[in-house]
Amino acid sequence: MSNLYRRDPRAQWIARNRLHPLHVPEGQLVQRGPTGLLRKNVHTIGFIGPNGLKRIDRSGAADSFEQLNRQSAQGSNSAAQEEVVLPLHKVANPDFYILVVVDGVSGRLSSHDRDTLGLAHKLATHEAHIENGVLAENNAAFDKGIEGNEVRTGAGASAGERTGAVVAVFFDAITEERLDITGIDRLVNFEGNEYQHYNPEQRCADLYKLVNQLNPKHVLFPDSIHGGADLGRRLAAKLNTTVASNVWKVNNNQIVCRGSAGKTDITRAITNIMLVLEECSEPVSDTRHECLALERPLEQSLNQLPNINTQYLPNQEPSPVLEQTPDQIVESISQQKITDLGNVSVNPNDINLAEAGFILSGGNGITDWDQFHHAAAILGATEGASRVAVDDGFMPRERQVGATGTWVTAKVYIAVGISGAIQHMQGIAQCEKVIAVNSDASCDMVKRADLSAIGDSQEILAALLTLVTEQKGEPKSDLNTDLKGDKNNQSTSTSDTSGQNPHQATPIHMLEALHA
Amino acid sequence: MRKQTHSASTEINKNTEGLHNNVVKMVNTASKESVNVTVLVSVGEHPLSKRPRRAEQDARAIEIGLNLPGTQLHVMHAGAADNVQTNTVLKDYLGMGLPEIQVLNIPQEADNLTALTSNFTDSNPDIILTGIRAENGESSGMLPYVLSEQLGMALVPSITEILSVDKKAGFAELLQALPRGQRRKVRVKLPFVATVDMAAKAPRQSAFGAAMRGKITVVDAIATATTNNANTEWKITPAQPRPKRLKVVKAKTAADRFKAATAKAQGGAGKVIYNNQEAADAILKMLTDEKVL
Repeated sequence: MSNLYRRDPRAQWIARNRLHPLHVPEGQLVQRGPTGLLRKNVHTIGFIGPNGLKRIDRSGAADSFEQLNRQSAQGSNSAAQEEVVLPLHKVANPDFYILVVVDGVSGRLSSHDRDTLGLAHKLATHEAHIENGVLAENNAAFDKGIEGNEVRTGAGASAGERTGAVVAVFFDAITEERLDITGIDRLVNFEGNEYQHYNPEQRCADLYKLVNQLNPKHVLFPDSIHGGADLGRRLAAKLNTTVASNVWKVNNNQIVCRGSAGKTDITRAITNIMLVLEECSEPVSDTRHECLALERPLEQSLNQLPNINTQYLPNQEPSPVLEQTPDQIVESISQQKITDLGNVSVNPNDINLAEAGFILSGGNGITDWDQFHHAAAILGATEGASRVAVDDGFMPRERQVGATGTWVTAKVYIAVGISGAIQHMQGIAQCEKVIAVNSDASCDMVKRADLSAIGDSQEILAALLTLVTEQKGEPKSDLNTDLKGDKNNQSTSTSDTSGQNPHQATPIHMLEALHA
Repeated sequence: MRKQTHSASTEINKNTEGLHNNVVKMVNTASKESVNVTVLVSVGEHPLSKRPRRAEQDARAIEIGLNLPGTQLHVMHAGAADNVQTNTVLKDYLGMGLPEIQVLNIPQEADNLTALTSNFTDSNPDIILTGIRAENGESSGMLPYVLSEQLGMALVPSITEILSVDKKAGFAELLQALPRGQRRKVRVKLPFVATVDMAAKAPRQSAFGAAMRGKITVVDAIATATTNNANTEWKITPAQPRPKRLKVVKAKTAADRFKAATAKAQGGAGKVIYNNQEAADAILKMLTDEKVL
């Protein structure tokens, strides 16, 4: 081969056309030009400054050469694959706190939690302009004889600019991986055995202490059935104030909340405790946060409060479990009027189809309906059906999934013998995972499904059932011998307040199914 | 099972006797009588026609009360008496088979909480059932919480069923509604306040004859003016539809924006398996991964 440079017109065209799908936006700093000469790509020189504008450092400093290399070193990585390092939002000495009590269902932040944190971040950063008089008024409800508030308002008046820190309160263990990008400046984690169960009174008492010590400007709860709505109202009742519930918009000092069970909008002044709806604000996405564990000064006397700011431990993992004195433990036990006896097993077919978490749905392709019902009982799935199956009389009308039936929200949806009419696909649009069992590989359901099994549905179901019964073989024999003991275990061990694994407690129905 | 809970609960009772002397005493003195259940009902509002109606959760609370054997059921409404609209709704409640509804006569602008609290400290109910939120007004859902705080009673939110009430031991077992149709069993000390979830058993129909036979008794209550005048500054408008959240594309360059706008849904094609046994394995794996089995 000769050393002659050969043009690749197509590659050149792609390189010129920034909208071409194969275009690599930040190519090599030095590239072959159309004539074969090496050309410097001036567009890649420089860097994007903090305000989003391109900056070229011509000072001749050590970095000024690196800024060329920085781009060229990235090579042909496309922009989408780059790991973007977000700027760090630091709050060293917060003037006030915004407390967010997240649901933290199974240790994770839901989108509702993230929205609430986003709103808290907005309140913490955008409220610099509000007059101090209003602030003092807002804080009045939390004063309760604590002098700390006075000190801080004084500091705010002198500084003029006030920044707040978002304090997130987690109960039970945290399994969320990246807490730093969710907008948490300070973290309080109540851990311990008692928090694995349903103990709203204990949680409320802890929050009460925390609020009295931090004296936060606002306390935000997600207004959700996962506990936020309950906890917020408990806390408000204990603090002898009231809440603004169903808040969906916050403009400076005004909030808009839904009243009359969703029929009216109430525009009112901002309150201390707010139960906010989903999508009340955008979640934090532009900044990283420190997410420092807040040393909870629970053992300290209240007059030490103004010193809280120096008590943060840098980059420490969730703070250790609060050590209680025996008196406090006795007190906390006697205060508990509610005892969690665990989740009870629910017949899957009693669950409303719209909120069922696991649905086995049958359609025209099913020949053996007895096997289908048997499979649903063994898997512990709620039964659904397509319109054809309902019209043919195999299933009742209230089991119909689709535009004319029920719109389902299941986590896992198994469609057996359903080809996937558009009305049916609308009905399952919100399902997370769809499994198709069908004899036709080209049907619409297979295109939608995350996993498709092509073949005779009867055989596939039979194979699945043998697998499941094999897998459950051991616990099943236990059940037969010691059903009572198992029940006791259940009452102590299942403490899932979330309903994330709704079909944990189905062995009884499995037994029924086996007898059928 | 039954016996075990008995013994366990009495033990706890002994342990906490010193601390909760007054509660235990109250339970003991009243133990010979039947369980006193009070249901607080409100005037509901139809979501579309805005007509007054039975509040759905309150009607469910009455249904729970009617289905509890061996109890004294009292139904109470706090509000302005001799109001035509209120009386029609109260008749609807009476039509469920109630002999009487008490109306605590409280003027519209007065605070009904103090009246309710003083009434309950006199009557000492074991169980107070309410709905979760009112169907009109602010509907903040605070009333049961404030009541429980002021009366020193436990509060159990969103229950669907009362499984058992053991007045001697001072405990009741309840079923609570959880998301995804799940239920949690809780044991709670008597007396308690509970809010009733929509997942509870649907209320029975209201019968005209029963409604005509039932009595509405007006009880005079001490009316105190509301302490917070903040409500006067509220602006109440019909609910606006909430704007849908837009998918914001944070792209620095035109190419990124173009790609985001024209990109097709990724990962449309799932895994397709033709072998029956492999398919069953894969399905089982997915089910266990999703923790539904």
